[in-house]
Amino acid sequence: MEIKDFIANFAAQFDDTEESVFTAETKFRELDEWSSLLALSIIAMVDEEYDVQLKGEEMRATKTIQELFDLVASKVG
Amino acid sequence: MAFLEINNVAIRGISASVPPQQVENRDIYQQSWGDVEDFMGTTGIERHRNSTKDICSSDLCVSAAEVLIEKLGWEKDSIGAVVFVTQTPDYLEPATSCIIQNRLGLSIDCMTLDISLGCSGWVHAFSVLSALMQNGSIKRGLLLAGDTPSKNCSVNDKSTYPLFGDAGTATALEYDETASKVTFLLNTDGEGYKVIIIPEGGYRNQVTPDSLIEKEHGDGIVSSGVHVSMDGMSVFSFAISKAPKSIKGIVEKAGVDLEKLDYILLHQANLFMNEKIRKKLKLTPEQVPYSLKDYGNTSCASIPLTMVTECKEKLESSKLTNVGCGFGIGLSWGSVLFETDHIVVPDLIELS
Repeated sequence: MEIKDFIANFAAQFDDTEESVFTAETKFRELDEWSSLLALSIIAMVDEEYDVQLKGEEMRATKTIQELFDLVASKVG
Repeated sequence: MAFLEINNVAIRGISASVPPQQVENRDIYQQSWGDVEDFMGTTGIERHRNSTKDICSSDLCVSAAEVLIEKLGWEKDSIGAVVFVTQTPDYLEPATSCIIQNRLGLSIDCMTLDISLGCSGWVHAFSVLSALMQNGSIKRGLLLAGDTPSKNCSVNDKSTYPLFGDAGTATALEYDETASKVTFLLNTDGEGYKVIIIPEGGYRNQVTPDSLIEKEHGDGIVSSGVHVSMDGMSVFSFAISKAPKSIKGIVEKAGVDLEKLDYILLHQANLFMNEKIRKKLKLTPEQVPYSLKDYGNTSCASIPLTMVTECKEKLESSKLTNVGCGFGIGLSWGSVLFETDHIVVPDLIELS
């Protein structure tokens, strides 16, 4: 899996935040649009695109898109 | 693999009972946690029923069973088994199903069994009772699925209190050699046992005075050790992955097309989660009815309650092929493929 695609998949869950805002180092919890519903959308995206089931505590421990990417990559079949 | 095929058992009727007290989520949410729109968008739960102190799961199930037995015209002594599934029994001991046998006026020749499961409970208990009945020794059985999850919620926990509602249901099963096969696919993953848990008050962590002290957990959650705690993100992640696989698994094994099913009855968890499951399986909105808007997540009662409130007319007037899928606490999940043929469905009962 590629970080570039992961960032695009991540950004696609947002309605109001420009795609150009998202980089590997983006601290996504600090974005204005971030919400509990978006957290669920990210979990669903990871399930659909990578067939990975994230636990709540794992998800909560990540701060940047890179950290989330590393977590998902470590769990890909 | 817990893939079961059971012959000779038919559903004759389904009934449901709810307590009268209605809680409006808009009111409680705005009082305690502010903007309700995010919550509504995610959960789709506008209101739910709460039991007062004097109403237990057993009371709701007994009232549902009494109406159903009368409508079916069953003799009390023709009922040979009662399986009661709940997370909220009357007492820590004895088993509530024993008390129910007596309250319903059933024969002492009736066997009874309590099963401790929540969201997956109706499906699992259906498998147990139908397996007991398939050889014809027991001609009639009652599957009672009811819960009062509202009693386990801290009113200061926004991750549980607005979601859960109380209900009790009865499903009447009868031995019938012409009945179509009922198929089950049942799963467990106990690694996730802490995802939904009441940590104290059982025997692993017995009640102490400290158990009753409410603590701040952040994110709008203040609760004690005897309140239910739920890791919503983990439940979501689990459910959107496992429920579609379970439903696909059962229809593939049975050789049935998903689009030909009349109803796919999902446990009523929350709208966002259930819609993800529905869309993953490419099911139409007509195939997937919801009762959660008015009744919330009613634990093991959610599938039969949805059948009563949303599918009554079609269940009574036609022959239908359905899948029920329950998923949650345990973690436990399962699907059942079953037919209903002009069954008896009394109007929803409101316990007075």
